[in-house]
Amino acid sequence: MTLIEKILAAHSGKKTLAPGQFVNVRVDMVLSNDITAPIAIKEFKKIGVDKVFDPSKVVMVPDHFTPNKDIAAAEQAKMVREFALEQKINYFEIGKMGIEHVILPESGLVLPGEVVVGADSHTCTYGALGAFSTGMGSTDIAAAMATGDVWMKVPPTIKFVYHGKLGKWIGGKDLILYTIGDIGVDGALYSAMEFHGRAIDELDMDGRFTMANMAIEAGGKAGIFKVDKKTLAYIKNKAKREYTVYEPDADASYANVIEYDVSKIEPQVACPHLPSNTKPVNKLSDVRIDQAVIGSCTNGRLDDLRLAALVLKGRHVNPQVRCIIIPGSQKIYMEALKEGLIETFIKAGAVVSTPTCGPCLGGHMGILAAGEKCISTTNRNFVGRMGSPKSEVYLANPAVAAASAITGYIISPEEIK
Amino acid sequence: MLKGKVFKYGENVDTDAIIPARYLNVSEPAELAKHCMEDIDLDFVKKVATGDIIVATTNFGCGSSREHAPIAIKASGVSCVIARSFARIFFRNAINIGLPVLECAEAVDCTSAGDILEVDLSNGKIKNLNNGKEFTAEPYPDFMGELISAGGLIAYTEKRLGKK
Repeated sequence: MTLIEKILAAHSGKKTLAPGQFVNVRVDMVLSNDITAPIAIKEFKKIGVDKVFDPSKVVMVPDHFTPNKDIAAAEQAKMVREFALEQKINYFEIGKMGIEHVILPESGLVLPGEVVVGADSHTCTYGALGAFSTGMGSTDIAAAMATGDVWMKVPPTIKFVYHGKLGKWIGGKDLILYTIGDIGVDGALYSAMEFHGRAIDELDMDGRFTMANMAIEAGGKAGIFKVDKKTLAYIKNKAKREYTVYEPDADASYANVIEYDVSKIEPQVACPHLPSNTKPVNKLSDVRIDQAVIGSCTNGRLDDLRLAALVLKGRHVNPQVRCIIIPGSQKIYMEALKEGLIETFIKAGAVVSTPTCGPCLGGHMGILAAGEKCISTTNRNFVGRMGSPKSEVYLANPAVAAASAITGYIISPEEIK
Repeated sequence: MLKGKVFKYGENVDTDAIIPARYLNVSEPAELAKHCMEDIDLDFVKKVATGDIIVATTNFGCGSSREHAPIAIKASGVSCVIARSFARIFFRNAINIGLPVLECAEAVDCTSAGDILEVDLSNGKIKNLNNGKEFTAEPYPDFMGELISAGGLIAYTEKRLGKK
């Protein structure tokens, strides 16, 4: 069995599982946020149960339109807060709040071998920890909050093997953009992506979170990594409960095996309006930008901020560019402060925001006007994603975003003198 | 039997196109319907009538998990969506909230914007009244059929937990 099949079998009381089978799967964590929880709460109340199946296994994070951007958003956040307090579930109020997919792993709420479902498509992020995690809608989450399980169709698994050593400025973002550029935004539709290879072994946890996070951008149901020393070191002081490490069988059956030599790839940029519309950064000429966003559940972790600071240190953001940097959690914000990264950003003329999903989905904290262009470390560049339907978003890694903020046009960090 | 005029779209219609995130500070279906498809088709809301049908090519509903997307489509009066393929979260959400979604490549290829389609959900038969052609959609897996006949996931869960 593949890694995903092993985890799903263990959570459905089966000895073996094969793609296409429908199973009822026990869940270890059920997640929703300030946009998706209100519908989930309404649907939950229709079921006729008073209590969630296990308060310790339900979490709500108000991270999308928070700190509340307007009255309507405040009403939604209030509804979530009241439900969370009444049900005594895991809840992160402003001050503790960070981007859900950053703070769940950080708080030890997700561990290897677990099954996590979330009413947010980027729930697939936890595959970096060797967990099966996937996004679904509010109604599915309502039912899971009531029963503690969820129906699942076992997905076929595609194995991706990344050979070679990663070049300077190349990280998880470039690997996943390169992959999506190759297989397309539905290249892994309904499938699980299992990531292997030397380049993956070398990738630190933050880079793996970035890759797993964007599995959904290839249509994937999950993106998962094997647990190794780096995973265990990451969860060492975070895990407060038992967990199981699963390994894919040597003779596991994969729907496809796709191999890349990544030693020669350049930093990747996904051009408007699809994450699959990728080009090596040096193939872009004179794309002037109005804004650079560094943050999100994709690239708002400490390694990402370190990379941005490396480029921005001692330099200055182009006066015609708005550079917005958003640490993914309060913990990361504090670490960045201690390491002097925040000082580097402010001296460079960037603005640093409290954790929020904000601009990534065109919510707040950096909305684009018609005709404006933004280089962003986020995950989607659909029409209107960050504001006006006539604006454009280019996706890249934090070093490319920082370099472009300095010059005012999209450029490789290698070119910054 | 469903009957309606076709709104035709291409591949990868994403959930930001179906309902932009700037409108997600509310979740009332009627409010969401006011902005359905706004960023890719400003005329949709003006022209859509109850019973109309969305036809699209591949990966319809890709992107975010927002259930607001099928809710906005349903509340705008659309009776069903036919596509070559759907993004998986959108497909699940649509089934859960009772928006019929059918996979049928031939019907998509042989249908133009403005055509009138008749759809029989009981057997998946689709008929294009403009060219007379008939098609059969992919049948749902047994389990999903069960979910649909129970009246959606919430009704199914109520029954499972003995609340109904």
